[in-house]
Amino acid sequence: MRALLCLICPLLLFLGCSYLLPFLGIMQLSFTDPVPGIDQYRHVLSDPLTQSVIWRTIRLCVIVTVVSVSCAYVITLLWVRGSPMVRLLTELCIMIPFWISVLSRAFGWLSMLSNRGLLNKWLQNLGLIDSAIQMTRNEFAVVVGMSHYLIPFAVFPLATAMRNVDERVLTAADGMGASRLRVFWQVFLPMTASGIMGATLLVFVFSIGFYVTPALLGGGQSVLIAELIYLWIFQIPQWGVAAAMSVVLMIAVGGILYLLMRRYGEMAK
Amino acid sequence: MNRLRPGLFAKLLTCVVALFLLMPLIAVVPVSFTSRRYLSLPNGDWSWRHYISLFEDPDWGTSLLTSIQVGVLASLLAVLLASAFCIGLWMLRPRFAGLMTGFVLLPMVAPPVVSSLTLYFFLNKLAQWNNLVAYDKLGGVVLAHMVMIVPYAVVVVMVSLSQLDRRMDLAAQSMGASVPTRVFQVILPNIRFGLIGAFFLCFLLSWDEIGVTLFVTSVETITLPRRMWMGLRDNVDPSIAALSVVLICVVTLAIVARAALQFRKARQTG
Repeated sequence: MRALLCLICPLLLFLGCSYLLPFLGIMQLSFTDPVPGIDQYRHVLSDPLTQSVIWRTIRLCVIVTVVSVSCAYVITLLWVRGSPMVRLLTELCIMIPFWISVLSRAFGWLSMLSNRGLLNKWLQNLGLIDSAIQMTRNEFAVVVGMSHYLIPFAVFPLATAMRNVDERVLTAADGMGASRLRVFWQVFLPMTASGIMGATLLVFVFSIGFYVTPALLGGGQSVLIAELIYLWIFQIPQWGVAAAMSVVLMIAVGGILYLLMRRYGEMAK
Repeated sequence: MNRLRPGLFAKLLTCVVALFLLMPLIAVVPVSFTSRRYLSLPNGDWSWRHYISLFEDPDWGTSLLTSIQVGVLASLLAVLLASAFCIGLWMLRPRFAGLMTGFVLLPMVAPPVVSSLTLYFFLNKLAQWNNLVAYDKLGGVVLAHMVMIVPYAVVVVMVSLSQLDRRMDLAAQSMGASVPTRVFQVILPNIRFGLIGAFFLCFLLSWDEIGVTLFVTSVETITLPRRMWMGLRDNVDPSIAALSVVLICVVTLAIVARAALQFRKARQTG
């Protein structure tokens, strides 16, 4: 009994000391730095600049979520239900980007979209445009880069849901004379709704605290919450406000995850 | 049955998505061969200079070494802590097992930027006490990576433990085996593949980790992603294209090889 506790405790102690305690320190900071009280939270929730960053983050994350979940749905459909060869090819298209560093992928989009990049060159060669179009350092690039990063993460919950669809139900609908389109819209899509929900929440949670891709592709022009926190720590030190923002973010993400867990808990029952 | 396979329209859409997924990986290749010092496409003058600079610039080698050191140390320690925790939980089945697991998985679900801030705060505090495990020190980076990767190790080890037959352990126990004997002679040999898998996953995660690393390092301890970040942020350096091409090739080869093996196996058995 005691020997077993010695096995369990080291990890709990390690995370307690190096994660939980410092996070409590952050919470304390959010109420005390620079002035005691809730001024830091008031700043986060009322400062116009911060407000605009929060709204931009929410807006972009919603767009990114919609784009990545729809793209993921299409490719997962073929990954799960295609012929063996199609399955192999789609699996490669999902897995290769998934295992490649987020930095390489952001760099890939820079080389694709920048003024001297591949896309501008193609468009110019085709004679569609005269001079390069600015496609990086704006919200478009951020949405493209983040969606690209998050598609594989949306694929996994969708694949689980699609694998659980009972083939016989589809065959029955087909046998009753429903068209292929109707089988998809009225049978298959509703049966995978839980997967869509899971993927949506997961992608949204991931995108909301995301730092690297927006910072690289946004080029400082479209700052999101995570980058704002970075700026508050390293550029214009405002520790208390950064701490307050982190706590707010943590609560928001915690709430979404709670919804997710409850949904999956209900499904398991 | 074939009537219900995805149709032409779904296939066309998938082609678009697949193109979107692979496009940036392909776009890096021509950029890496440019002869200029900034991000551009080679204009007939393809050159290997950025690949050569990867080998000649000692900074890249140093960072490679740092990344490997951090990855191996952090993964070993994380797998050690995680497997002790999981085995303890599996054998004891305590009352608050769910709560404990939830707590341990926290760094995986919390927004990375919050974890980064937390660890930055912690390592700055530690820097007042010691010189080894602190901000911008190797030990500090190892600690930060451990916090971030340990949940994944816990998940992998738990999955492999859940496939282990509990009766085996009960048999050993009823024959009078002590806890260390049960752990080392019965459980560990049976989950060794899970442990190896956990180590590799942890190493890969640490190898790629950039979010937290950005916050806890500055000039002294620079991992490979951190150096890539510096090259991307300050002036877009085509050496990163060369490095990316190398990394993309390695990943692609590994995944294609694995898929081909599985495909052949499936053909043979089924």
